[in-house]
Amino acid sequence: MAGNHGPGRRRGPGLAPGERLSKGIVKRVVKDIFSFYPVMVPAVIACIMTSSLISSMPSIFQQKIIAVIERSYKSGDWAGVRGEIFRYIFILVVLYVISLACTFAYTRMMATVTQGTLKQMRVKLFNTMEKLPIRFFDRRQVGDTMSLYTNDIDALRQMVSQSFPQTLNTAVMVVTVICIMLYYSLYMTLVVFAGVFAMFVITRFVGGGSAKFFFKQQQAIGKAEGYIQETISGAKVVKVFCHEDECREQFERLNDELFSVSSKANKYANILGPILNNMGNILYVVVAIAGGIFIASGARNIGISGMDFSISLVIPFLGMTRMFCGQIGQISMQINAIVAGLAGCERIYRVMDENAEQDEGYVHLVNVKEEDGVIVETDEQTRMWAWKHPHREEGTITYTPLRGDIVLDGVDFSYDPDKQILYDVSLYAKPGQKIAFVGATGAGKTTVTNLLNRFYDIADGKIRYDGININKICKTDLRHAVGIVLQDTNLFTGTVMENIRYGKLDASDDECIAAAKLAGAHDFISHLPEGYNTVISGNAANLSQGQRQLLSIARVAVADPPVMILDEATSSIDTRTEQIVQAGMDALMKGRTTFVIAHRLSTVKNSNVIIVLDKGHIIERGDHNELIAAKGQYYRLYTGAFELE
Amino acid sequence: MVIKKLVGSIRQFLPSTIATPLLVSGEVVLECTIPFYIAELVNRIKDGAGVAEIASYGGVLALMAVGSLAFGMIAGMTCATASCGFGKNLRSDMYDRVNAFSFDNIDMFSTGSLVTRMTTDVTNVQNAFMMLTRVAVRAPFMLIFALIMAFRLAGRMAWIFVVVVPILAGTLIMVASRAMPLFRRIFKKYDRMNESIEENISGIRVVKSFVREDYEEEKFGIAAEEVRKDFTKAEKILAWNAPVMQFCLYVVMAFTLSFGSYVVITSMGSEIDVGQISAMLTYSFMVLSSLMMMSMIFVMITLASESAARIAEVLEARSDIVSPDPENAVESVADGSIEFTNVNYAYSGNPDNNVLTGINLKIGSGETVGIIGSTGSGKSSLVQLIPRLYDVTAGEVKVGGVNVKDYDLNVLRSAVAMVLQKNVLFEGTIAENLRWGNPDATMEEMKEAAHLACADEFIDSKEGGYDYRIDHGGANISGGQKQRLCIARALLAKPKIIIFDDSTSAVDTRTDAMIRKGMRQYIPETTKLIIAQRTASVEDADKIIVIDSGRISAVGTHEELLNNSDIYREIYESQNKGGDDDGR
Repeated sequence: MAGNHGPGRRRGPGLAPGERLSKGIVKRVVKDIFSFYPVMVPAVIACIMTSSLISSMPSIFQQKIIAVIERSYKSGDWAGVRGEIFRYIFILVVLYVISLACTFAYTRMMATVTQGTLKQMRVKLFNTMEKLPIRFFDRRQVGDTMSLYTNDIDALRQMVSQSFPQTLNTAVMVVTVICIMLYYSLYMTLVVFAGVFAMFVITRFVGGGSAKFFFKQQQAIGKAEGYIQETISGAKVVKVFCHEDECREQFERLNDELFSVSSKANKYANILGPILNNMGNILYVVVAIAGGIFIASGARNIGISGMDFSISLVIPFLGMTRMFCGQIGQISMQINAIVAGLAGCERIYRVMDENAEQDEGYVHLVNVKEEDGVIVETDEQTRMWAWKHPHREEGTITYTPLRGDIVLDGVDFSYDPDKQILYDVSLYAKPGQKIAFVGATGAGKTTVTNLLNRFYDIADGKIRYDGININKICKTDLRHAVGIVLQDTNLFTGTVMENIRYGKLDASDDECIAAAKLAGAHDFISHLPEGYNTVISGNAANLSQGQRQLLSIARVAVADPPVMILDEATSSIDTRTEQIVQAGMDALMKGRTTFVIAHRLSTVKNSNVIIVLDKGHIIERGDHNELIAAKGQYYRLYTGAFELE
Repeated sequence: MVIKKLVGSIRQFLPSTIATPLLVSGEVVLECTIPFYIAELVNRIKDGAGVAEIASYGGVLALMAVGSLAFGMIAGMTCATASCGFGKNLRSDMYDRVNAFSFDNIDMFSTGSLVTRMTTDVTNVQNAFMMLTRVAVRAPFMLIFALIMAFRLAGRMAWIFVVVVPILAGTLIMVASRAMPLFRRIFKKYDRMNESIEENISGIRVVKSFVREDYEEEKFGIAAEEVRKDFTKAEKILAWNAPVMQFCLYVVMAFTLSFGSYVVITSMGSEIDVGQISAMLTYSFMVLSSLMMMSMIFVMITLASESAARIAEVLEARSDIVSPDPENAVESVADGSIEFTNVNYAYSGNPDNNVLTGINLKIGSGETVGIIGSTGSGKSSLVQLIPRLYDVTAGEVKVGGVNVKDYDLNVLRSAVAMVLQKNVLFEGTIAENLRWGNPDATMEEMKEAAHLACADEFIDSKEGGYDYRIDHGGANISGGQKQRLCIARALLAKPKIIIFDDSTSAVDTRTDAMIRKGMRQYIPETTKLIIAQRTASVEDADKIIVIDSGRISAVGTHEELLNNSDIYREIYESQNKGGDDDGR
């Protein structure tokens, strides 16, 4: 199934030691499944119960028929008993037909219910996830979240499609069989019980051991995988230093450890089958012997039926013993699956219960047109936008044209309360200006831009867009008005055209191509095997880093926002592509307010303002010439006396 | 072919591998004999046997059950050892293979795919191997043995199996052959769905900044619905198995009870007796469930065969760069001189795509040589031919007057240290990382190397100094610090030739100059090759080589090149123009 790549990705299903299921989790899962299929689920349950009930009843007929044989086999009179026997068989066959119909119906319905439940869960999870704040994604690794969709949903499938029906089936059969056994004989029932209890204890013990080592196995695989990843991606270094033997030695150590725990885990798992099987056999033998001894010794039977010990009573017990043991085997296999399934649900629900990103903004971005010098709202596609700002107290609405004027006023910010990232940051950008942020890693450059589109909310101070506090602006509209080109150019699987259109879903092909031309991406796209229809994958192995950047620039170009944030790529790309990328960015910046997070100084010189950040404080500001003349930090950075990264 | 390749990795686990099926067979024989004797016991009881007789029968039966338990448990353990051991050997063999790979090989497979092959694929094969040695023996053997016992026990009554076995087997084959291709297709779709979720999560900032949450939800809803539909369809095919199995079981039951009663009564218990009736039911269960098991194994093994093929690909790949025979290999490198004669180089040996063409070059031992050229011009390929990271397509490269192909690989690579463009440090302490250059390095030697690489200052500032732990991928130190550590690591190897492949790009210019000055002073006899983007990094070299589109365009000192190389002058001016404006 889905591949697990990279260390940290691997978390097997099941509970980690110390992890516990919350109360009411079973109820919640069952309730959810019911709510997805309010008719089908009860139908499935009814069918399973009927089928299980019937499956556990043949022993009654067996007993009756054998009693008939026992009575009359010495006479050899088949004609005399034929009628009676066939009457029993006929009832049995009718029951069988009902049971088969039920089984046929529920197995098919189960397919629908299982896959439907999984889909609902997936979609619910995904839709919740999309609405979670960025903070959520910063907190966890991609692999951990992915694991919800792969490991945990898979555990849920196992639980819904197999464990639930099996458990229900077992419950019905066990109850029915116990009733039948007690009907016949209390003593014999006790013999079976004693054996089954022993089986149960042993399987729990063995099962527990296996679960423990399987968990260790997951960890060992994770370690080995991490090491393989590290040494293969660093293969050139390994070879340059002739370190092959040392790596091999280290790998063998990890490999041996993995072997040791995985063979232990599998030993436990493998002996469970034979134990269940043969404990069943032993119990089978014990019941036969006990029955024989009861009959031979002429002991008095106690049972609801009041029958005496006889062979017609012992034989059905043999069948019931086998059935009972089979069920115990089944259920002990399911217990781990159920725990794993519930643990998966627990993790899924934990994410579903996260608080969605709040949006209390009431200022919206609307299409407007000018009529007699007054701005009025319109449904037409005017390419003219304005902020629609209702003032509750006065009951009026003002329209402010969208221009791209940004002001930060005394902004403080911290990701977590203990560690402040920005201190009293104030700056302004007039429409069309270019502002560059310069500073060492961790100075807070990226953070400033995270605040502009409200990925995070500031602790103190104010940010204004066209004079409106961004807290009042509806987040979706604010983000429409701020474009971002990120360092990591995340593209999505699909055609080149679709990736560009991501910036504006209703853009025509011509608009997309125009955007690609503006970004300087048109050239390389035309050379792709199928031009704009070439399918690229998200990690786009088929494109170079530079080409990916050009696409992400085209994507913003088609969105055409008045304010832009450019996070320069740190990785070095070849000089020619770098020039093209730079040209694309320059073209994009024309006429827009732009914030550049600079990782190289070559690109910031022509900024209107360069802001030098250090540990969350603005330490210098001014244009290139002013800052060079000031001979401060920027000067030192620029002359290479100080490292940027 | 694939199987033959993989079987070679069983090795020391061959005894367990052979023992498992034997033990399993023992278990099956006993298991199938038990109902036969129970039938006898039941008949005796019916005929009024005494306690002593029952006990002696019971004793034998109990022994058989215990024997079967013992066989089964031991088989379970040997099977675990054999399959996990097999998996271990597979991983180990693959790791060895990959270790010996040339870069051409690694480029061919990609890191991610190699990791998956060594983990997920091995696990799949290991599980299939477990199935093969145990269940794949158990199921058919039980089918046959239970059938034999049923015929011995119940005579003509057992002919009912001739009716039900083909029904069930036919259904299972039909279901498997229809569902399997379907499942394979769906799993691909399912993988794609998960990949798109992963894209969405790692690109969540893009999603949110373009306000595409609703669009993504809609897109995912469609994908999820498609997966649901397909899976439901496939599972509905699978859903035929259970009722058909139940049907067969019911047929056997009804038949045994009716026809069995007839035979018992008409033969007055001489042909078969009530004991046999109940035993027949047990056998029918054994026969039918082993059929089910066989279809399961078939499915598992087909799925695993794809993994097996992927593993075999790695095991079969041959490295094209290997040491010469030990008796002919040159065991020492005389000095740090380098000579290229008519060298051509092309990736994967494809001559239409030459990366380097007609390279002739002579570098004396101890010289400092700068190499300049735009990205993609072939600078890195040129220097990687020296320690034989790649092999020339035509011509020859000599180090210390000997063709590099004649050296023992370890000897050559120990003499040629390289600081790569893509620097990699490994999880572990700074000292451990430095010792990659020389495992026996003393603290003094390490400090000296660190000092030369201008790394000593920042190392001392870290908590624990040389014992400071570097995270996976060097995530907890800066780019410039990483580069300096990599330089120190290379210096520690005390090589005859040291190559810097654009390895001071994140170091500030002053430190860059200090490092070069230090090397000139302290390791004058070592040949130094410096690939750089900045002309400032090579200005003071003995000679500078300008590479353009895979050819040497000019060779000379800084001053010479400024006069006679257009390319060099252009690069120099583009880098220094800005500085001039500011009076630098």
